[in-house]
Amino acid sequence: MTAAVKIDVARLDAWFGRVHAVKGVSIQVPERGVLAVIGPSGCGKSTFLRCLNRMHELVPGARAAGRVLLDGDDVYGGSVDPVLLRRRVGMVFQRPNPFPAMSIRDNVIAGLKLNGLPRDTDEVLERCLTQAALWDEVKDRLGGSPLALSGGQQQRLCIARALAVEPEVLLMDEPASALDPIATARIEELIHELKERYTIVLVTHNMQQAARTSDLTAFFYLGELVECGPTEQIFTNPKESRTEDYVTGKFG
Amino acid sequence: MSPAPLDASLGKEQAAAPSPAIRLRALNLGDRTYASALVSFGGLLLAVAGVIVVSLAHLAQPTLSATGPVHFVLGTDWNPVSGSFGALPFIYGTLVTSAVAIVLAVPVGVGLAVFLAEMSPRALRRPVSFAVETLAGIPSVVYGLWGLFVLVPILRDPVEPFLAKYLGFLPLFRGPPIGLGFLAAGVVLAIMILPTIASVSLEVLKTVPAPLKEGALALGATRWEAVRIASLPFAKAGIFGAVLLGLGRALGETMAVTMVIGNSPSIHASLFAVGYSLPSVIANEFAEATTKLHTGALAGLGLVLLGLAVALNGLARLLVGRTQRKLA
Amino acid sequence: MRRFRLRKLVNVTMTVVCGLAVVVALVPLVSLLWLVIKKGVAGLSPEFFTQLPTPMGVPGGGVGNAIVGTLMIVAIACAIGLPVGIGAGVYLAEKGDGRLGRTVRFTSEVLAGVPSIVIGIVAWGLVVLPMKRFSALAGGVALSLIMIPTVARASEELIRLVPRSLREGALALGVPEWKTSLRVVLRTALGGIATAVLLSVARVMGETAPLLFTSLNNQYWNLAPDQPTASLTVEIYDYAISPFRDWHQKAWTAALVLLLLVGLLNLGARVLSRNRLGGAS
Ligand SMILES: Nc1ncnc2c1ncn2[C@@H]1O[C@H](COP(=O)(O)OP(=O)(O)O)[C@@H](O)[C@H]1O
Ligand SMILES: [Mg+2]
Repeated sequence: MTAAVKIDVARLDAWFGRVHAVKGVSIQVPERGVLAVIGPSGCGKSTFLRCLNRMHELVPGARAAGRVLLDGDDVYGGSVDPVLLRRRVGMVFQRPNPFPAMSIRDNVIAGLKLNGLPRDTDEVLERCLTQAALWDEVKDRLGGSPLALSGGQQQRLCIARALAVEPEVLLMDEPASALDPIATARIEELIHELKERYTIVLVTHNMQQAARTSDLTAFFYLGELVECGPTEQIFTNPKESRTEDYVTGKFG
Repeated sequence: MSPAPLDASLGKEQAAAPSPAIRLRALNLGDRTYASALVSFGGLLLAVAGVIVVSLAHLAQPTLSATGPVHFVLGTDWNPVSGSFGALPFIYGTLVTSAVAIVLAVPVGVGLAVFLAEMSPRALRRPVSFAVETLAGIPSVVYGLWGLFVLVPILRDPVEPFLAKYLGFLPLFRGPPIGLGFLAAGVVLAIMILPTIASVSLEVLKTVPAPLKEGALALGATRWEAVRIASLPFAKAGIFGAVLLGLGRALGETMAVTMVIGNSPSIHASLFAVGYSLPSVIANEFAEATTKLHTGALAGLGLVLLGLAVALNGLARLLVGRTQRKLA
Repeated sequence: MRRFRLRKLVNVTMTVVCGLAVVVALVPLVSLLWLVIKKGVAGLSPEFFTQLPTPMGVPGGGVGNAIVGTLMIVAIACAIGLPVGIGAGVYLAEKGDGRLGRTVRFTSEVLAGVPSIVIGIVAWGLVVLPMKRFSALAGGVALSLIMIPTVARASEELIRLVPRSLREGALALGVPEWKTSLRVVLRTALGGIATAVLLSVARVMGETAPLLFTSLNNQYWNLAPDQPTASLTVEIYDYAISPFRDWHQKAWTAALVLLLLVGLLNLGARVLSRNRLGGAS
């Protein structure tokens, strides 16, 4: 990789009370790279992801320690406002979570409106929905309820919503796990397009998905990073036997 | 942006801070302002409670110190003109009417709840629940109106003569059938607290775990036996709580009682007799009370009422909560 | 075999007894509604809604001023009670897990059980005594004190129903916690809170006891909040305990008007909550 390092995680630990969920993880993600995080359920993938935009600390009793650099700046530095950080590091959740009390249009521009950012909202609306490959499907019912959309459409709406605040990084926590195969395929296509502009960290327990979409793959097991490397290498020639067992389906 | 210097700085950082586990909670100004605004709303609610107690006590203080709290509660003479204030007739009236209400409303309310929860066809549940809710939503002055013009005449004739004829050997059912009085107040109260008892009992019965009932049925129990050996024992404390909540409502109910109890401060064993209750005397006399001692006496009655209501409600919440926690 | 038959008999008997309880509970409801409608309709006329009460013996007249008075007193109660009640509810839902929160929650439960007549005395002491006169304001204060605990508890429950994921969705957009709380969480719960508010308004609208010596009554139109003010409930009471037949008639008709108002509010609450549920499915 010759590109600049966008996210640089060094010896990151995270706890829920006594539970040590992420143990000394160090990973680097290049600018406009896609990192896939795989591993069996409960191995700390989501927790790791939520440490990157400081969502982890919102859980009562949760702590984190270590270093996370975004463009060289420590996101856990004393002067960093997590609110501003989260505008640079967007997130898409496992279950689509559009705001039910808002229209489709208001959902997309929610980040701008709530943050009081003056933008040409119509331009943002069309651009983000187009980027999220949803524009054609909803352009005639922008005032309607997001709850009338299918699960896959709702998830793309959430992606559009995240894009609207113009983040640099997109964190996606199993964005397709609640969706049917066709919707999943659309989300994967979308990731392909989005990586032209954004650095993406994608949590998935679907190994084909990781193989299809990512440049780098990190394998987590019991809170530890077992191995991280180019996706092709992880899937064809892993260094660690635990990785090999996992990607060949021997456990997990 | 090569990784090497980052590692170096990382080493320094960790040396400076030997305990790297930092609690991550950064609140910005807006969040901090918001948090304190919320806390002050919570404080406001506590202040409301404080104001209620303090202002009642403050208003009641002149009379309580002039009469003495014991004499105030146990005295039987109430004469605002001569400044003599004994609350016993009102306390008696409140207790008697509430007791009548409980005796009448508990079997009906619990029976209704058991029927809806365990026996009735499903289709019946919604309309009956709706009816019970409607009953709960009717203003008490309308109950009073109905009591005064519909219930009282029925009690006067035929109910009270009938009771006197067949149960007249009990001191409860003696004396001239006036219609107005403890019995009328008790019946109206029973109707008014019925929704509370029925709906809370129903909530509690709904929490009885299905396996418990099915276990009884599987042993060959009939439906009623399953209710008796499984549901009711499980829900006992909660139903008792429901009764206490109903009692709390009965004690403080004002208008309907005032309109049918007869408003005469006297203590009689007979339910046919007219009487008075704590809320009724406050309702009748407060607007016309001119002396500090008189308003103080009425505020003192309010204090007694407050004490009773708070004690009952606290206990009731505890009991209802306990049944619901059994599940956890 | 005989034992079994006996058990079946007991079962049937108890089922019938419990079923009878339903019937017994419905009798007063049906009787009351039927009579209020029957007797109330007899005195219903357009003037009843728009005119002042007439003196005893003079036919005609209405409860227009009492309707306006009730609305005014309830509006004052809402103006005071809703901000405090909803604010306390948001506090309980968002920051109420600690000791202070538990204390506030318990206090609001206990407050909800305080008899309304007692609240009336408090409002008298707080407003009537210092102002040296009965007023709509005093009545409104009394009703607001009744609203606060119920609105607080209902708001808390409804806000807690908002899924965590919505809160996180907003926070992940870089929205500060306070804005997330107000503009996403509270806004999502707003439909439910509106329902709870309507129910609470319906309840205090039917209150009489706390108004007897706070807002008192008034034979005339009044829009000044610092003056004694007529209300439907006190009007019903005064008419009902009067010795005059035509006033009894007015009591029934006023009761019908009151039930219509309260019923309308309840209906509104139902429609609101149905729409909300329908929208969410
Ligand atoms: N809110 C929480 N409170 C306590 N423990 C949690 C919480 N969320 C996750 N954990 C624990 O942290 C570990 C990692 O969880 P998570 O990051 O969600 O795993 P994954 O996303 O890989 O399935 C698990 O052992 C899980 O039980
Ligand atoms: Mg996960």
